[in-house]
Amino acid sequence: MENSNKRYWKGIEELTNEPSFVKNIHNEFGNMPTENDSKGESLVDGSATHRRDFLKMLGFGVAAVSLAACESPVKNTIPYLNKPEDVEPTIANWYASTYSDGGEYASILVKTREGRPIKIEGNKSSSVSKGVLSGRAQASVLSLYDNEKLKGPQVGGKSADWAQLDKEFTAKLAAAAAKGGQIRIVSNSILSPTTKKVIAEFTAKYPTTQHVVYDANPAYGLTQAHGGILPNIDFSQAKTIVSIGADFLGSWIAPAEFAAQWAVTRKVGSAKDGKKTMSRHFQFESILSNTGANADYRSTYKPSQEGLVALSLHNAVAKLSGAASISGANIKLDHLDKAATDLVASKGASIIVSGSNDPEVQKIIAATNSLVGAYGTTINTGLAVHYRQGNDMAMSSFIKEAAAGSIAAVIFYNANPVYNHPMGAALAAALPKIGLSLATNDRADETASLCQFIAPDSHYLESWNDAEPKAGFYSLTQPTISTIFKTRQAQSSFLTWAGLASDFASYLESNWEKNILKGGAVAWKNALHDGVFEPNAVNISAASPSVDVAASAAAINKSYSASSTNLEIAVYEKVGLGTGSQANNPWLQEFPEPVSKACWDNYAAISQPTATKLKLAQGDLVEVSAKGYKVTLPVLVQPGQAQDTIAIAIGYGRAKAGKSADGVGVNAYPFISEINGACVGINTQGVTITPTGETKDIAQTQTHHTVMARQAVVQETVLGSFVKDPLSGRYNPQISTAEGKKDATDISLWNGHKYNNHAWGMVIDLNTCTGCSACVISCSAENNVPVVGRQEVINRREMHWMRIDRYYSSDAEVEDLKGLEIASDNPEVVFQPMLCQHCNNAPCETVCPVLATTHSSEGLNQMTYNRCIGTRYCANNCPYKVRRFNWFRYFQTDDFDFHFNNDLGRMVINPDVTVRSRGVMEKCSMCVQRIQAGKLEAKKEKRRPVDGEIQMACAQSCPTNAITFGDMNDPSSEISKLLEVEKEGRAYHVIEEINVKPNVSYLMKVRNKDSKKEA
Amino acid sequence: MFCKKSTLVTFLFSIALLFATASASYSQDAAEGESLFKNNCAACHNTSDETLVGPGLKGISERRPIEWIVSWVHNPQAMIASGDKYANDLYNKFNKAAMTPYPNFTEGQIKGIVAYIDAANAAPAAPAAGAAPAAGAAPATAPSSGGMMELLLVGLLIIMVLVLIALLSIVNTLSKLSGSEANASGKPFFQSLSENAKSLAANSAVKTGVIVLALLLGGKATIDAAYGVGIHQGYAPEQPIKFSHKLHAGEYQINCNYCHTGVYEGKGANVPSANICMNCHNAIKRESPEIQKIYSALEKNEPIQWVRVHNLPDLAYFNHSQHTNVGALECKSCHGEVEKMEVVEQRSSLTMGWCIDCHRQTDVNAKGNAYYDKLVEVHNKDSKTPLKVQNIGGLECSKCHY
Repeated sequence: MENSNKRYWKGIEELTNEPSFVKNIHNEFGNMPTENDSKGESLVDGSATHRRDFLKMLGFGVAAVSLAACESPVKNTIPYLNKPEDVEPTIANWYASTYSDGGEYASILVKTREGRPIKIEGNKSSSVSKGVLSGRAQASVLSLYDNEKLKGPQVGGKSADWAQLDKEFTAKLAAAAAKGGQIRIVSNSILSPTTKKVIAEFTAKYPTTQHVVYDANPAYGLTQAHGGILPNIDFSQAKTIVSIGADFLGSWIAPAEFAAQWAVTRKVGSAKDGKKTMSRHFQFESILSNTGANADYRSTYKPSQEGLVALSLHNAVAKLSGAASISGANIKLDHLDKAATDLVASKGASIIVSGSNDPEVQKIIAATNSLVGAYGTTINTGLAVHYRQGNDMAMSSFIKEAAAGSIAAVIFYNANPVYNHPMGAALAAALPKIGLSLATNDRADETASLCQFIAPDSHYLESWNDAEPKAGFYSLTQPTISTIFKTRQAQSSFLTWAGLASDFASYLESNWEKNILKGGAVAWKNALHDGVFEPNAVNISAASPSVDVAASAAAINKSYSASSTNLEIAVYEKVGLGTGSQANNPWLQEFPEPVSKACWDNYAAISQPTATKLKLAQGDLVEVSAKGYKVTLPVLVQPGQAQDTIAIAIGYGRAKAGKSADGVGVNAYPFISEINGACVGINTQGVTITPTGETKDIAQTQTHHTVMARQAVVQETVLGSFVKDPLSGRYNPQISTAEGKKDATDISLWNGHKYNNHAWGMVIDLNTCTGCSACVISCSAENNVPVVGRQEVINRREMHWMRIDRYYSSDAEVEDLKGLEIASDNPEVVFQPMLCQHCNNAPCETVCPVLATTHSSEGLNQMTYNRCIGTRYCANNCPYKVRRFNWFRYFQTDDFDFHFNNDLGRMVINPDVTVRSRGVMEKCSMCVQRIQAGKLEAKKEKRRPVDGEIQMACAQSCPTNAITFGDMNDPSSEISKLLEVEKEGRAYHVIEEINVKPNVSYLMKVRNKDSKKEA
Repeated sequence: MFCKKSTLVTFLFSIALLFATASASYSQDAAEGESLFKNNCAACHNTSDETLVGPGLKGISERRPIEWIVSWVHNPQAMIASGDKYANDLYNKFNKAAMTPYPNFTEGQIKGIVAYIDAANAAPAAPAAGAAPAAGAAPATAPSSGGMMELLLVGLLIIMVLVLIALLSIVNTLSKLSGSEANASGKPFFQSLSENAKSLAANSAVKTGVIVLALLLGGKATIDAAYGVGIHQGYAPEQPIKFSHKLHAGEYQINCNYCHTGVYEGKGANVPSANICMNCHNAIKRESPEIQKIYSALEKNEPIQWVRVHNLPDLAYFNHSQHTNVGALECKSCHGEVEKMEVVEQRSSLTMGWCIDCHRQTDVNAKGNAYYDKLVEVHNKDSKTPLKVQNIGGLECSKCHY
């Protein structure tokens, strides 16, 4: 890093050395919770305890403890009456199942303990999701234990029983149908073929029924450009990737799947014969997305230019490949011509994707993809993907019909358009005009609360279902727990209303036997065991869609403008919270967004020059309005964003989702515009921004736990230099001694440790880490990491054991002191997962006065909670700032109302990991419970553990396999082989100069750029 | 459940094996009859007149002629088919559950068994007493052990006080004798005693000594008591059902694993579910009020709330299979002789010191386990002593705390 002539910074406050940053930089834990003296405030804002109260409490506490010690409570042990055959208490059961939410899909394995699902992991048997999961899929297990879901059916806003609901609803439905009234079923994309069959049964019974499908974040434009289907995209075949506003590593269509493919092209090896080629990734966008942060070349455009950027790229490619160019304003963007050159040069291994939902833009992109030979290689139109089936036109015409009063009955099948459709307000106004309305939503949300009937669907972990994510690829969902509340899965409801037997499990099985398995070699039970059934080879089609480019160009020229000085809004989806369907999930709310590092809020992100121009600063509350819709939200200054552009995330501003979601942020869906018949996430006309004069803190973790002024934190190089010398960009710290300069690692006070058995270690590849943070959620679920809430995050007391440090780097020269203080318009970004480094010369161990943190004979830095007395010396002395202190009893206090203060929410707790109490330190344990369990399994079978059998929660959840965990004493393990190759190459330890000898190594980032100087 | 079935099969198979070995040995002696009875008959019959699965056999030699008994034991079904009235009445009385035939028993062996039954009933203090009286006796003896201790202490205290008085009176007498000239006034004994005590109390050295002693003793008592907080050694709570381990594990020698199904597989050994009880008790002793409690639990669908005897704090992770399966420890190493306990009690202290002591002393069960091969090899290079648990990290914090 020292020799890379770069300055790295985590936030603008660090770059400009703001007083608030300087004040807190040496303050490990933020302010002490006792300093606030205002009465009546909650614990988290600062305790209002006085000295006398404290003494009273102390006296009472001592008395209570000594009384309680006299007699310990009788504990009961309650065995089953009739133990199910396959449940053995204390031994986990794993079930293959399927996660699908809207169009999201993942084949999963569900870990259950004593009948409770507690962890979701990827199912490697699936060739579609290949064992990768998004953070949302990881977090979905907590949504199962959401106490704010409906406990049973509701009729007219009052609790009812199912018999009453069925009777009244079917009577009204039959009456509506008898009069020939129009019936609509409104849903998001449905992956399940059997559910579609059930809906067809319902439609057969009530022939005036039509099924309207829409998506909260649609891909209608892309499907329209490909004749109504979503083609299969495979980034792993690409040498040149160009994305125009598609955040395909973070939020676009199937990010986890795409990230895995993308990472295949980004792996390099330092060995002589190692892989020295990488795909080159260009990103053009308005916001700094997670994908843009990982791109090699990136530049920005205003949302109003989006269509014209696609046109310009098409023309540049057409010019190089000798095709006809089309008329349209040419946008001059940095790197656009270079992108075109590379696309044409790697013809047959190139791909262009666009995040726009405008069908006309997507048609131009399709035409460009044809020119670079993407069809049949990186894009396959022969394999229909079902992730997005929404039809924006059908949905808006449904809302217009409803407003006109021509709909007799509507069923919202797990859809919440009042909240997540741009015309939600219009629909809410129209709903009373619909004679009969029912929602199967799991809670009385924005839409369901306006319906006459609510027939709550069961959670997917309580239900039978199936999925066909791609044509011919099948997958099954099986219940892993009996229904917690009196819910009934929607398919059973539809069957009941259609007058059929309501047993969906047998309906599903017979449908599979008849139409999917077809009596072939695979039996139902085997399919259920594997979770997936993939009978066919993939059909590859090189057919490219036929596009009338001239017509599309004309439409684009009408809707977009080359140069606009207006203020514009870009609406985007966040990596963590997504479209907001799981907004009441505290794990997702506390998920620091990869780029902005903000949680528990959305905000108006603007660039530094725009902020200066508008005289705004970070945290200023502003009123943003467009199309007559107004919201008030704080400003976040985001480097790398387009000028005069306000970025606002969807998924927030829920009104009726539950305690964790309601009132967090504002709803940005109404800002979405209708362009060429589709919902496009931009707003370019009449946008105003007005300061309210107030401020609001944003819970942003970017400068918390700062690794201060150290040198070798991030190391990076460019591919050109790396090919010549694998050590280029590597910084090797040297220390001056009496005998001349020496490697920092050669001088030590300590004798070192001897590891006879295992030596656990981890290698993190910065080249493939996309910063997606799925590992953060996985770690929280595995290790009972508490949720602390917005105010506590602002107080710098978040508890995540794993944080993803995001560094920006300035493009100014190191000597250019003035330039260095200006936030870059387009900074390079590095993501670095940071967790306990399990140092062999651990600074924390030497300062603990009670030996609560010690070193194990397997290389782990052990943290013993019951020994810890909370001096916090260890955290002070930790150079990596990875230790977290429990300021409160997060799992029992009502101040932390995040599912864990009730018995239902606590069912998700991993029983093999201690729930830490107030006053103790905690940190990454390297999932020692998994190590112990894996070793025990091996010992029982009288063998050594097999490499890969013991996996860390973070490593196992990483979509790109950036984290490798294993036994460094086992020469055949993947980690040993990797380190063998990389120790004279990319492998380095963070802050190597202090010689703490970590067991976690990092592999240097390599950017596929021609030279270091390019931005 | 499959593993449970297999254990049941093993259990039955071992009974059959016992039977085979027993029938091979030949003896007419009542002592030999005892072993035959215990191995073959005791699962269903009592030597008293109490009914188990089958009728109690007290006075069988008087009730039926020996020839009838022999042919009944050899083939009960044939007797019933032959229309024998007594046999048919018996058959109907026990819900048409026929007895297992024992065609291999010789007449002499059967006579031996009968002789044993008679002998058992002739001697009232015979050890082959039924389960019921033993179960009744247990709660009476269990609390008395605590009472005995207190009684003993009070007794000791009284004796010590008496000894003290005796000693003081001797001192007094002696001082009277030696100092009769100096102290001729001849004060009464108790007066001089109180004066002596007063002068003693006035002595500052004595005062300091007493205070220091009191502080030391008080300190020691406090520390001991503090160390004892949370230790429940000897805890033997009353259970909702008076289940006797002595009977099941001791007398009938049912393997621990038969009921505690997780003990070789999982973290917990598991308290058996009611359906395991029902494997036997749907036939045996159905009418017992204790077993009726299981039936009523099943009927009401309300699980039985057993009282936990062994409680480890949540912060300590303990896995049974590591110790029983990998370490090949016997259950009694930690749980004591459960097969002799009428009411289960916590025998070990379950403190961390107790765990650590064992980890210091115990050899690793490394033989034939490839996991340990390299560790043993490395250890043997530097050391003559066998590989102990502590040598492979058995004393490290995160072996148990995470």
